[in-house]
Amino acid sequence: MKLAWHEWRAGFRPGDALVVGGGLLACVLFALVFWQGGVARWAEVRAGGKVVARLSLDQPAKLNVDGPLGRTEVHIEPGRARVYSDPGPRQYCVLQGWLTRAGAVAICAPNEVSLRLLGDTSTYDTLNY
Amino acid sequence: MTRSTTELPVTDADVRIARYAAAAIALSVAEAAIPLPLPGVKPGLGNIITLVVLARWGWREAAWVALLRVFAASLVLGQFLAPGFFLSLSGAVISLAVLALARHLPARWFGPVSHSVLAAFGHFAGQILIARLWLVPHDGIFYLVPVFALAAVVFGTVNGLVADYLLRHAPPRAGG
Repeated sequence: MKLAWHEWRAGFRPGDALVVGGGLLACVLFALVFWQGGVARWAEVRAGGKVVARLSLDQPAKLNVDGPLGRTEVHIEPGRARVYSDPGPRQYCVLQGWLTRAGAVAICAPNEVSLRLLGDTSTYDTLNY
Repeated sequence: MTRSTTELPVTDADVRIARYAAAAIALSVAEAAIPLPLPGVKPGLGNIITLVVLARWGWREAAWVALLRVFAASLVLGQFLAPGFFLSLSGAVISLAVLALARHLPARWFGPVSHSVLAAFGHFAGQILIARLWLVPHDGIFYLVPVFALAAVVFGTVNGLVADYLLRHAPPRAGG
């Protein structure tokens, strides 16, 4: 039994191409619909539990937030944001680097500052859910 | 030994269904040995048999073969009544419903490949439904939908081509 290419292709009728094409189109549409939610559009900065700033990720910005230990500096670039510097002893939020996905959070607990990225639809926050 | 008082006449169709189902079960079990990157994404080789039976013997027998495969393969693999079994079952039921409609498509234009891709989407829809309602009651599961859909197209096409090949090379329709 030799498997020739043209023999396999014979199984492919005109409507089949339509169905397969439609299936691929559905894949692309699904990807657009279900993978868009992960795109971050806003950066929310909190200090002492209160929202102090909500900035669009469309353009670069720098923001200084004062907490009990001192000044935390947040940098924003198109599509991403990070805590640039923080007076906290362990620097976890700084070491996290750039946040790019909606729902990502960097928490500078000692200085009571947090940076969180938001998409168009709210996602579960992984700390409380 | 006393002869049983109840008679269970075995028809040709019964024998045929049993043979096809055995082939489908063997394919399902063999497939379970293939390592796969993501749970839920698998080729579904047993469905090749369902497609062949659908084309040669009609929907009723295809439904028998598909459902027997789901039950027997899960028993063999130790999955019976486990979550994987319910995923298979709902996938098989929905894809059989899809096939009941798809087989009325004009045969000149739509062959086993179309049936296979549509049935694969049926499987995928049935599984994601059960998974969302019961196993992972969280919208996070929809993140995988594009991956499942792509798998449905790819494996559906391949299975359909194999089924078509078998149909063209099988001996003419006889008892088995």
